[in-house]
Amino acid sequence: MSLDEFFVTGDPMILASQIAIALTMVGLVALITYLKRWKWLWSEWFTTVDHKKIGIMYILAGVLMFFRGGVDGLLMKAQTSRPEMGILDAQHYDEIFTTHGVIMILFMAMPLLIGIMNVVIPLQIGARDVAFPKLNALSFWLFFVAAMLFNISFVIGGSPDAGWTSYFPLAGKEFTPGVGNNYYAISLQIAGIGTLATGINFVVTIIKMRAPGMSWMKMPIFTWTTFITSIIIVAAFPIFTVALLYMSLDRLFGTHFFTVAAGGDPMLWLNLFWLWGHPEVYIVVLPAFGMFSEVIATFARKNLYGYKSMVYAVAGIAFLSMLVWVHHFFTMGNSAAVNSIFSLTTMMIAIPTGVKIFNWLFTLRKGRIEFSTSMLWALAFIPCFTIGGVTGVMLAMAAADYQYHNTMFLVAHFHYVLIPGVVFAVFAGLYYWWPKMFGFKLNEKIGKWHFWLFVIGFNLTFMPMFFVGLDGMSRRMYTYAESTGWGCMVRLLSSWFLNNGSWFRCTCLQYLLEFPLCVTESRK
Amino acid sequence: MSAHTSRFPWNLLVGFVLSIALTLLAVFVTFYTDFSSSVILWIIGAFAIFQAIIQLFMFMHVTEGKEGIINVINIVNSMILALIIIFGTIWVLTSGHAAM
Ligand code: HEM
Ligand SMILES: [Cu+2]
Repeated sequence: MSLDEFFVTGDPMILASQIAIALTMVGLVALITYLKRWKWLWSEWFTTVDHKKIGIMYILAGVLMFFRGGVDGLLMKAQTSRPEMGILDAQHYDEIFTTHGVIMILFMAMPLLIGIMNVVIPLQIGARDVAFPKLNALSFWLFFVAAMLFNISFVIGGSPDAGWTSYFPLAGKEFTPGVGNNYYAISLQIAGIGTLATGINFVVTIIKMRAPGMSWMKMPIFTWTTFITSIIIVAAFPIFTVALLYMSLDRLFGTHFFTVAAGGDPMLWLNLFWLWGHPEVYIVVLPAFGMFSEVIATFARKNLYGYKSMVYAVAGIAFLSMLVWVHHFFTMGNSAAVNSIFSLTTMMIAIPTGVKIFNWLFTLRKGRIEFSTSMLWALAFIPCFTIGGVTGVMLAMAAADYQYHNTMFLVAHFHYVLIPGVVFAVFAGLYYWWPKMFGFKLNEKIGKWHFWLFVIGFNLTFMPMFFVGLDGMSRRMYTYAESTGWGCMVRLLSSWFLNNGSWFRCTCLQYLLEFPLCVTESRK
Repeated sequence: MSAHTSRFPWNLLVGFVLSIALTLLAVFVTFYTDFSSSVILWIIGAFAIFQAIIQLFMFMHVTEGKEGIINVINIVNSMILALIIIFGTIWVLTSGHAAM
């Protein structure tokens, strides 16, 4: 294989990235050598089994991935900001929305949440560390290696291009013969095993290592949500492991689990993917619910309203989350019975979710509310997430979903649940628990700027998507004609430069600036 | 545990006898009856599940001790999940194909 088959060539943006990556690596190595930090890095961080340090590494990696996924997002927005843009061609656009989705869910949301869990859970339950500290380090490094492997795909070999859902037959080697989708199969396999180990670790930690006297119903609510999340991880991730194994076998060794030839079934992939995929969205949102509950109770200066109902609601969501997966492929030609049953179970999830919303509202009622930055994130979460939830119930009606499915309306729905549900929560949690990690508080003034830019930018970016979606704009299209009229709406409200760009850059800048600051300050 | 050793371990004996009986019954059903092979499979499958339950309770004491309740929840939870995954998948995939 010659070098130009190995590296991706022919695109100036990718060439620029390749050069930038090479320079950054040389620069990092030089800097660490110059500061004589290699030994310190190795013994204090790379080989650490300390839950706090592992947590901090997860968070750092998650922020880095947020940056990478965000650049993907900006590129997509730039390409679709007006009709017939020529920034990205179809293939490049496909690769970018695929890596964007995978990175944001598996390499941004998961590590940020697991990072905060790592830092906070042992402190909340009064344990010295997690149950299996070495396994914990292994989990982190599996995740990290997987993330890096996935990330280099766009400069070496080519990125996966079949969407974060990688539906067969498109993801089969018949239609995507390159190495791109092998990156998907293999790096997610590695990351998934790391996550499974984390799930086991936290289940055992929370069952076995609580301080004497902390009975189940005395556990802090974030510990509860982490516990239930970990149980869902242990339940759901093995399904993904098996599905990815089949995918790898199909792609690498010519088996036919998911190809119609020789009796396979592409729909089996969809079925297994969403058997994992729907629980996965609750895996990322439940710890976030727990964080908001802690933050809201603290800054409303009241006890959490209805603690017990909160616990039951989370358990109910966990149970129902395994019973709804077909709502992601209502339109694939199932019988009326299947679609109706899964419509019902899906709508039922809105009930415990609604219970939680009311619990938060009643916690706020008559509280002495302090508008700290982390409280602001929690307060903004409630209305934004409710919009996401209500549109979810609209999508849950199978008959109506034939209209909404795979339009921008769906894209708006899941961004309205995932960004308030995960990203706002991570910010709320970071502002809230930052002193526990670094020994000082983050600057409230910068924090408020961060908050307002982000929340306004988020709404301006995704709100119009509901409307262009109802107008018929489908997702994953790299361009559209002037005559569709979508350009006007997109341009009017969400010029990427103004909105999307600013909320995103502001977060990244803040963390890029504050992290080194924090590290130096905490070492004083 | 020490309290148990003084008494005669009736539950062990019952478990032992039942296990042997179920195994012999399975042999009998398989070799000496004229049921169709799918019926035989269902019958000996049921025997197997019954025997697994006996072993869990009589010999492995799942419900006893501090971990008892956690073990039981764990087993029940895993079984529910397995059933959802297996029968859910079969139902969703076959009815989808039938509709097409
Ligand atoms: C009230 C609760 C919710 C309901 C009723 C609901 C319903 C739905 C339905 C029916 C779809 C499929 C629509 C289609 O493909 O046409 C969907 C997609 C999706 N939902 Fe939700 N949802 C809810 C909450 C959430 C939450 C909390 C999250 C994540 C934190 C989430 C993340 C997603 C994602 C990522 C997709 C799209 C995946 C894809 O196709 O790429 N949803 N939702
Ligand atoms: Cu779902």
